[in-house]
Amino acid sequence: MTDPTFHLELQEHEKTFLDSNELIINMGPQHPATHGVLRVILKLDGEKVLGTECVIGYLHRGVEKIAEHRTYTMFNPYVDRMDYVAAVSNGLGYCESVEKLLNVEAPPRAKYIRVILAELNRLASHMLWLGTHALDIGAITPLFYTFRDREEILKIFEKYCGARLTTHAFRIGGCLYETYEGFEREVKKFLDFVTPKIGEYEELLTTNRIWVERTRGVGTISAKDCIALGVTGPVLRASGVKWDIRKAQPYAAYADFDFEIPIGQSGDTYDRYIVRMEEMRQSLRIIAQAIDRIPEGPIMAKVPKVIKPPVGEIYHSIEAPKGELGYFIVSDGSTQPYRVRVRPPSFVNLQALDLMVRDQLVADVIAVIGTLDIVLGEVDR
Amino acid sequence: MVAKLKTHYLSGILEANTYLGQNYMIVETSIVSELLQVLRDQEQFDYCVDITAVHYPRREKQFDVIWILYSFPRNERIRVKTMIADGETAPSAVPIWPAANWLEREVYDMFGIHFDGHPNLKRILLPDGWKGHPLRKDYGIIQQDQEWVKINLGIESGQ
Amino acid sequence: MLEYIKSYLDSNTTPGQAGNLFWASVYILLIFLGLSVAVIAMNWLERKILAHMQVRLGPMRVGPHGLLQPIADAIKLLIKEDIMPSQADGFVFWVAPIVVVITAFTVFIVVPFGPTHAVTDMNIGVLFMLGVSSLSVLGIVTAGWASNSHYPLMGALRSSAQMVSYEIAMGLAVVSAVLMTSLNQTGTGTLSMIGIVQSQQVQQIWFAFKFFPLGLIAFFVFAVAMVAETNRAPFDLPEAESELTAGFHTEYSGFRWSLFFLAEYSAMIAVSSIAVTLWLGGWLRPFPHLLSGSTWDLVFSLLPGITFLLLGLMAFVGVFRMPKHPYFRVQTIGLAGFGVVLGLIGLLLFLPPVRDRIQDVFWFSAKVAFFMYLYIWYRGTFPRYRFDQLMKVGWKVLLPVGIGVLILTAVAGVLL
Repeated sequence: MTDPTFHLELQEHEKTFLDSNELIINMGPQHPATHGVLRVILKLDGEKVLGTECVIGYLHRGVEKIAEHRTYTMFNPYVDRMDYVAAVSNGLGYCESVEKLLNVEAPPRAKYIRVILAELNRLASHMLWLGTHALDIGAITPLFYTFRDREEILKIFEKYCGARLTTHAFRIGGCLYETYEGFEREVKKFLDFVTPKIGEYEELLTTNRIWVERTRGVGTISAKDCIALGVTGPVLRASGVKWDIRKAQPYAAYADFDFEIPIGQSGDTYDRYIVRMEEMRQSLRIIAQAIDRIPEGPIMAKVPKVIKPPVGEIYHSIEAPKGELGYFIVSDGSTQPYRVRVRPPSFVNLQALDLMVRDQLVADVIAVIGTLDIVLGEVDR
Repeated sequence: MVAKLKTHYLSGILEANTYLGQNYMIVETSIVSELLQVLRDQEQFDYCVDITAVHYPRREKQFDVIWILYSFPRNERIRVKTMIADGETAPSAVPIWPAANWLEREVYDMFGIHFDGHPNLKRILLPDGWKGHPLRKDYGIIQQDQEWVKINLGIESGQ
Repeated sequence: MLEYIKSYLDSNTTPGQAGNLFWASVYILLIFLGLSVAVIAMNWLERKILAHMQVRLGPMRVGPHGLLQPIADAIKLLIKEDIMPSQADGFVFWVAPIVVVITAFTVFIVVPFGPTHAVTDMNIGVLFMLGVSSLSVLGIVTAGWASNSHYPLMGALRSSAQMVSYEIAMGLAVVSAVLMTSLNQTGTGTLSMIGIVQSQQVQQIWFAFKFFPLGLIAFFVFAVAMVAETNRAPFDLPEAESELTAGFHTEYSGFRWSLFFLAEYSAMIAVSSIAVTLWLGGWLRPFPHLLSGSTWDLVFSLLPGITFLLLGLMAFVGVFRMPKHPYFRVQTIGLAGFGVVLGLIGLLLFLPPVRDRIQDVFWFSAKVAFFMYLYIWYRGTFPRYRFDQLMKVGWKVLLPVGIGVLILTAVAGVLL
């Protein structure tokens, strides 16, 4: 499958297979394993998958249309609701894009706070991913362990900005809230608490023969296909491409920190699992470095009360836990954006599902959906 | 920069500029597919980040179709913009980057812009029988396809 | 009549062999009741143990620490609406769970809780057990068929394919254990369950440790195969919820479903009994010859009582840790009562006449309980095998290992 020009539709199979031994099965929008309202129509030959077609849009809320009718500041909370698992990243991307359009930069203290919260959010998102992915494959216990540890992160978020999930933590120009009393202490305590826990998850799964058999060689995608399909994030890194926007085009103080980008070799589900586990550890490293050296200073840059960027367009992307989350904002000089386009990583990653499950078994489809780490809020916006 | 190279190649490039540190090119619709192919093959823009559109209803050529590309070897991004009128079609980038498949379907769904050569140009986010293209400026913010809602959901939609 | 009843008490065979119908019926009734209690206890234990492994508490509200939860579940299942798909084959739909339950319960005729504590002792005991438990496959396939929907049918066929494949591995492991029974003076082995335990007693070693490591490998082969045989994790793809095919019992609701559920737990206990009988010495206490003598006998005979006293103690610890709130008064009293009952049973088990009789039953049940804990432990720990990997393990791993162990056991038996 190295030719990047292939066709992602079912009709082609009808032309090549003459016998009608195929079964079309619908993994409906309500299904315990599809992580949200995703409908996958599978064309099976016995147990083997011949092709898939994803029907999405069940969670389409018209976020981009709403953006055109809200001011820049009013649109900020909407952004959290897209990838609701990693709301801080969404907010970070949006605020940074608008700041770029305004040509202001957030002060260093705000940048550090943003980095710390974004990395905590990455940890939370990966923990949720691990719990649900393991549950799909049949290991019912890691879910409870990861959710218990995720609680600690959500407690920190709640103390910081009042909300656990849809945090609305940042504002255009910096952060609104100063770090609360004891923030550093609690984050450090959390780091000490969670480092052995990640070891616990690995102990349960990484060398477990059943886990390895279920994930090795399943849903393989090569680096060339990844790039051709626009897949980013841990999926791309597990296929061997060492690319992370935090290193390639650093934003928000990431250039100050020393961390590594884990990559995999074969691009199968097991490698994606290892990459994400390692990313969790690297996130801990970043937080440990950041929490010690938060600079003093203001947390909000000088932005006007009414945000009216000059006419122009901008595209800015960040490394969300799911992949490259990009914002393309067109401004016409008024207080409301003319067009906000969100480039959702899960939407583009989900395209790769068809390629990844060709000639695999039905049980693998669920594993692959889990390993792509899609959040339907982001796919559908 | 790279833009200068391009002006040698093809004369359909209307503008190539940098705004706030981001490079973009405005090109004629006729040379877009060739240009995109050249960008991928020779200039190594192997990753299609996004395809989107903007609707300017008061302009003669109402839609801006924008391709955002990224090059791994070069670590840079470029925006290629073209303007098409209502009813015109844009060339599909699917033969060049398969990533364009769903991205173009979404542009079609939201704006109604057809892409030539797309293998499966169907609505992706909205239901298949929906009438109207929501992200156009003449589509109201709480407007819905009442007919579709009444037939398929059996309710009188109203806000 | 009284003579008839009393005559059995002096004999030292099982009621079936002695031809004593009255005592056979008593035993059957005891087994039936005991099995029902065991299934109910398994339900509660599974939920509690799984919950504690998953850092949560499990049922806590229905009765103190959820002890009455199984009863609530039973009542719920009994009063649920009995749905039958309209296109389903009525008679087959009705008969399928009954077949499964009957086969699951029938195997307990030969399960020995002691040297004479079995309903009967057929001289083909092991073969009978394996054979009858295979009949449950029929029930499963008919259940899937009768549901008239292709998801349950696919699930049923997968289930039956899995069970049939692992029966072969089970059979091979069983044969190698049976081979070991023939290492006595007369050179004849036996398939009778009581005979197998007695030959372990005579040879003074549990078969799991005989010809180390051959006995152990055979034991492990059987242990894995029995988990697959009963469709439990990690081999529970046919009945997993997050896969497409939803299992043969999808269309069953209420009481019929509870019959399947009952049969599943009974089958688990049945195959665990086979494992215990063949490899772990049945009703024999640990180290009957190494730690022999009347003092050691006394020590070991006190263990049943001590176990129940410990359980009662745990209940009382729970009582002390209950919140001191008027709403919890009923639960506290209930738990205290339960603790008292356990303690009384423990004290009862200290009385000499009871002590001697209960030894065998206790050790057998303790070993089977250990297996039940392993079952729950597996469910909490392992991910699920994909179906083709499951079949691969059954045919390409367990079968060759089973054959190898069999051959090596035979060779070892001849040479050593």
